[in-house]
Amino acid sequence: MISASNAGAVTLPSRPGSGSGAAVRLAGVSKVFGTDATRTVALADVSLDLPYGELVLLVGPSGCGKTTLISVVAGLLDATRGEVEVLGENLSRMGGGRKVRFRGENIGFVFQQYNLLPALTAVENACVPLLIAGVPRPRAVARATELLVAVGMEPHLKKYPTQLSGGQQQRVAIARALVHGPRLLVCDEPTAALDAASGRTVMGLIRQVAVQPDRAVVVVTHDSRVYDFGDRIVRMADGKIEGVERKSAAV
Amino acid sequence: MNWVALKMLTGDTSKYLGIVFGVSFAALLMAQQSAIFCGLMRNTTSQIRDIQGGDLWVMDRNVQFIDDTKPMSENVLYRVRGVDGVRWAVRLYKGLARARLQDGNFQQVILIGVDDATLTGAPAVEQGKLLHGKLEDLRQPDAVIMDEFGWRYLHGDEPFAPGKTIEMNDKRAVVVGLAKCNPTFQTFPILYCTYTQAVRYVPQERKTLTFVLAKADDGVSPAELCRRIGEQNPDLQALTDEQFFWTTIGYYLKRTGIPINFGITVALGFFVGCAIAGQTFYLFTVENLKQFGALKAMGVSNLRLTRMVLLQGLVVGVIGYGLGIGGAALFGFVFERVVTNAPPAFYFPWQILAITGAAVAVIIAVSAAVSLRRVLFLEAGVVFR
Repeated sequence: MISASNAGAVTLPSRPGSGSGAAVRLAGVSKVFGTDATRTVALADVSLDLPYGELVLLVGPSGCGKTTLISVVAGLLDATRGEVEVLGENLSRMGGGRKVRFRGENIGFVFQQYNLLPALTAVENACVPLLIAGVPRPRAVARATELLVAVGMEPHLKKYPTQLSGGQQQRVAIARALVHGPRLLVCDEPTAALDAASGRTVMGLIRQVAVQPDRAVVVVTHDSRVYDFGDRIVRMADGKIEGVERKSAAV
Repeated sequence: MNWVALKMLTGDTSKYLGIVFGVSFAALLMAQQSAIFCGLMRNTTSQIRDIQGGDLWVMDRNVQFIDDTKPMSENVLYRVRGVDGVRWAVRLYKGLARARLQDGNFQQVILIGVDDATLTGAPAVEQGKLLHGKLEDLRQPDAVIMDEFGWRYLHGDEPFAPGKTIEMNDKRAVVVGLAKCNPTFQTFPILYCTYTQAVRYVPQERKTLTFVLAKADDGVSPAELCRRIGEQNPDLQALTDEQFFWTTIGYYLKRTGIPINFGITVALGFFVGCAIAGQTFYLFTVENLKQFGALKAMGVSNLRLTRMVLLQGLVVGVIGYGLGIGGAALFGFVFERVVTNAPPAFYFPWQILAITGAAVAVIIAVSAAVSLRRVLFLEAGVVFR
């Protein structure tokens, strides 16, 4: 069980950039795995715009293509067909090396299993994206500490992942995802490994610290208990978008 | 990111130590066995290195190594002296004799009979090879000089004192001095005496001359002189110290199973090291695949991941190599000091360091390559599964 009570306000690193228009624009995107007998259509002609400044929930049953969709959006998978435009850059036409750099500079990730490096402490884990970007370690540690304090992890800065609860690990993962000021935050089932209360706290944190006017946040979930945290809910089934629900107000 | 790579490596202490152990074990086994092998091979040539003064050795053309003595007639000495370019040539006896000790036991000894007049071939005083006594004492009746290992072998920790007697071929021999000799392959005690004396100590044979030590004239190279002697005396062969050294080693390499046996042990060390280090490194990588996937997703390129894995390999390689070589050197150091009554067979030339280093580099490269394969072909999207 974790609490969001100590998650104070913080000035998060953000970049000057377009806060208008779509952060993510998908046009006729398909993704097919395998060939012939093993051919599986994971995404079928998906077109979707995701705006800046909103927390978008991508929901649907298992196997509906949610994870494939965010993998394509994050540049981890190439679409078989269609155009993928993220933060104004066309990923479909981007080379491998440039895509890796683009991901490192512009996208933050929160994973279902946290994927923290077990050999690093909380603060060391949180500063990894800055180290990847070439920021000197003392500066990276200072910024990571600032962010961990913001997500209520001040007492646990020097602890290793194995010494932290699931909720605490996910907070470290959130700090890590935001430390370099990405303009797109991609979260894959961030509450799946947590109990209900911890899940709501984590979603509250994501909402509180991640949603910025110049940043888009996409959260894949099938946890209906956290639907009320989204500004927009995109429902998927069988690799297609079933519908988009715009919420008037979020919790 | 190098810092992250090293933290990842050392974070899992048991696996980290497992990889280091694998590399250390391989390096230790390869270096230690190679050093013993080199030591043994070197010991086969100890008399070639100990008997100095001449530029070349003349012997029967069928001699294959230093201990393969083939008696020649005395006139060989004069034939050698007659070759143009020979400044001087002297007789040398080398063979095995059976010595009867004061307690009645028998012991094989290596008997070296040096030129009576010049004592050429005797322990080099100027190099500090004579530990007790004077070289001139060899000219006294029945005098012999014994090597220090032989003394310890026969008399244990008893301090050296001149006057001990032994018996060879019913003739008395009195130990008048102690010499420092290179360790021998057979580990028998070495006795130096004059040529005339040596001939008396072995059962009478018609031919007794085993080697002729010759010196080249100024301006004549030893190799050229060897060629001339061989040309003018087809029944003889003349070799320089170095040629005789390698001829002897070549014989042991070709005609004994020593290289094969040591080679098998060294190869075993290499493959066991490869297996332990490779498998542990691979397991370490496989267990960290999700983390590597996360790093990929977060923008770490394959080139950078390769550098991280290679750095991890380099670190365990250097530490493992250092521990292994250190262990092998320590073994040699302790071995020489603990086993004092037998000549040590441990020689650690720089080539062993280099070859072991190269083998460790291969082990690390193989281990890293196996691991890298998984990392490089890892889809970053694995982190979402």
